[in-house]
Amino acid sequence: MNLDSKIPSGPITTKWDRHLIESKLVSANNKRKYEIIVVGAGLAGSSAAATFGELGYRVKSFVFHDSPRRAHSIAAQGGINAAKNYQNDGDSVYRLFYDTVKGGDFRSREANVYRLAQVSGNIIDQCVAQGVPFGREYGGLLANRSFGGAQVSRTFYARGQTGQQLLLGAYSALSRQIALGSVEMHTHSEMLDLVVIDGHAKGIVVRNLESGELSLHSADAVVLATGGYGNVFNLSTYARGSNATAAWRAYKKGACFANPCYTQIHPTCIPVSGDYQSKLTLMSESLRNDGRIWVPKKVGDTRAPGDIPEDERDYYLERMYPAFGNLAPRDISSRAAKRVCDEGRGVGETGLGVYLDFADAINRLGEGTIRERYGNLFDIYKEITDEDAYTVPMRIFPAVHYTMGGLWVDYNLMSNLPGLFVLGEANFSDHGANRLGASALMQGLADGYFVIPYTIANYLAEIRSPHPGTDHEAFREAEESVSARTRRLLDNKGSRSTDSFHKELGVIMWQYCGMARNKEGLEKALQLIPELREEFWNEVNVPGSGQEFNQSLERAGRIADFLELAELMCRDALAREESCGGHFREEHQTEDGEALRNDEGFSFVSAWRHLGDEKEPDLVREDLVYEEIKMATRSYK
Amino acid sequence: MKVKLKVWRQKNREQKGGFKIYETPDLNGDMSFLEMLDVVNENLTNSGSEPVAFDHDCREGICGTCSLVIDGKPHGPHQGVATCQTYMRSFKDGDVITVEPYRADPFPVIKDLVVDRKPLDRIMQAGGFISVRTGSAPDANSLPVAKETAELAMDAAACIGCGACVAACKNASAMLFVSAKTGQLNLLPQGQPEKDARVLSMVAAMDEAGFGNCTNQYECSAVCPKLISHDFISKLNRDFVAANLRRTFKSQPSTLIG
Repeated sequence: MNLDSKIPSGPITTKWDRHLIESKLVSANNKRKYEIIVVGAGLAGSSAAATFGELGYRVKSFVFHDSPRRAHSIAAQGGINAAKNYQNDGDSVYRLFYDTVKGGDFRSREANVYRLAQVSGNIIDQCVAQGVPFGREYGGLLANRSFGGAQVSRTFYARGQTGQQLLLGAYSALSRQIALGSVEMHTHSEMLDLVVIDGHAKGIVVRNLESGELSLHSADAVVLATGGYGNVFNLSTYARGSNATAAWRAYKKGACFANPCYTQIHPTCIPVSGDYQSKLTLMSESLRNDGRIWVPKKVGDTRAPGDIPEDERDYYLERMYPAFGNLAPRDISSRAAKRVCDEGRGVGETGLGVYLDFADAINRLGEGTIRERYGNLFDIYKEITDEDAYTVPMRIFPAVHYTMGGLWVDYNLMSNLPGLFVLGEANFSDHGANRLGASALMQGLADGYFVIPYTIANYLAEIRSPHPGTDHEAFREAEESVSARTRRLLDNKGSRSTDSFHKELGVIMWQYCGMARNKEGLEKALQLIPELREEFWNEVNVPGSGQEFNQSLERAGRIADFLELAELMCRDALAREESCGGHFREEHQTEDGEALRNDEGFSFVSAWRHLGDEKEPDLVREDLVYEEIKMATRSYK
Repeated sequence: MKVKLKVWRQKNREQKGGFKIYETPDLNGDMSFLEMLDVVNENLTNSGSEPVAFDHDCREGICGTCSLVIDGKPHGPHQGVATCQTYMRSFKDGDVITVEPYRADPFPVIKDLVVDRKPLDRIMQAGGFISVRTGSAPDANSLPVAKETAELAMDAAACIGCGACVAACKNASAMLFVSAKTGQLNLLPQGQPEKDARVLSMVAAMDEAGFGNCTNQYECSAVCPKLISHDFISKLNRDFVAANLRRTFKSQPSTLIG
């Protein structure tokens, strides 16, 4: 099998423009003949569904939430990058492109990233026009802040609620299309299978979460914008409901899953406090603009932070990475935190924490300014820990936050299954092995507003006959397999709850496929996960029935899929014999403990193809060709 | 610590519900209220009973999915805090805590503590937007907005759409919810062209969905997890009166009449 990325030829600066000119068009009159299914209503899904509706396509939008305003895009705090150069500090499309490729540790696809940087400015224009209340300066113009991995200020923000405001903007555009009748909205509706006919994605099977009823939906194209899979770790900054089921069902129907081992561990989260814990809360990266990260120099120093004198503190990011200091990229900052904690210098009861200290910033700027900038984040911190970060430093620790891997897509955002498109965090293409802060919102909205509305026409314009109806055999088969799986979960009546399996899986993944990985551990995980999966199917107990609102059943289906995906993640991590970005193999590091890439052996995308439950998946490579940027060792020193 | 929960159980929309009492195992004050419910549910599941259905997702106070009326107060004891960010340290050992779904006619119970809040989406569809087609926006800095205006708009925009304001109101009014959206968009220069139409259609949609009127008791802003001010309700009232006047007396272009 060969994966064709369909990257347009020519210089990188003109690829997208040329592609637009060479792309097919669907005329205004013909658009209403095409039906598009969009699954997921976060930034990517809502913006895509709204824009398809505006263009005149007939759209069906599905989301498992009770409303299209709930997806976890809403929780993004810090901001969204755009190469506007409003600060006159030397930013440009090229620099944003360069920073993102470098930030991704040279494992992303150049052409996609350049396009992302090109449309970044349009996103800000669009959102401002929608009424998104971005932060402003006194003159009335837009304000910016700095984020990790960049030396310019290009991050636009709406207090600490940027994701919320951008999602509500997309939701408002979607709401308008729903009212106009161009988008048919299905809430509390979970996609449980993809229907593939003659090799093309032509529909989905959906469970209505209120009634339990299954329904079948056919269309000319299916767009998945269903987010990432970080909840495989159980404890993460994801929403509890975030899951990989839609993407995993697509994988099992033939769509390749790319780079599953690339997970982002965010350096600034509130540390774990107990085994009852259901999620980890992020403290925005923007805090690193003014907060200084440190641990005691001495091992096992249990003094209160205020009692530790300046010269006995190790501001380790400033020491190790003087050029970027506290704004070093996420993967690097997380690993540095792990290293100082492994040395026994971690703080807090568990020793798994470092300080994020605002004392200097408060002395310099006054408490009022810090309150204005980060007040809501300090409030969240107080609610969770019962500590006042204006007077004592915050304690933070890395946590799973984002997955760079996802379903493989070409330059048109189409998977290897024709007719199946994948947007946002659910695809793999733009962030390589590590995503920079404030780039997820950018990518979600770029894909939804400014890429897929054009590129989908290349597929639709080729269709010569109406799509098959739901009476097609393939729909009945998919429905039957979904019902059978639901029955199996419900009829099992074992001795263990779904959540107990999720917790156990999370521990395995964090231990062996987390911030640092090695061959021995990954092989161990590859033995433990199938055993756990087998136990799940023998012992899981799912109460209630399938014909009602049943949250236990919803979770059980999602955990069953995580139990399969986890294995693929470990397999991918084992196969990638190098360290890059968020993927750190202990066998491959420099003398001072930095990631050691192997460009000769591994500058490719690992796309895994499902060959059947009893067979090992096939590894298909897409070579990464760097025409524009010379691959170099990433340095933030 | 241990507490006793008096929880509303209701099988579905049709059947009648009632309270059930559950005793929790030993809890830790650093647990969130929802984590406490997770623990109770885990025990119910393991003892062969059905767990309590409740809405939740982000568990960081921003998605608006969680709800619950805890001891008579939507989102529990603290001001400006959602249920998911309420911690057990707010309760005492031996407390009896009553946990109910939102009680409001427009929000029927789906199961146990989960209610149907779709009417809020329908209000937004009626006018909670600025009509701007993707790709048609001018440069973002071409339209300066005074910092104070932008900040005030952000205060209103912080609404998470949880519906607590409706649950707290004796009339089940959605005025705070509606006024947060009209407040945001009507303050901004981008929102001016559709200002009147927005207010009139959103208020009409609110009435049609069965939400009641505002009688200025401000129970809504008192329970709002984002502390949205009831001043926005006053602004909505002013905008509504002005829009009605203009609709009645202002000359309309001939193409829009009828």
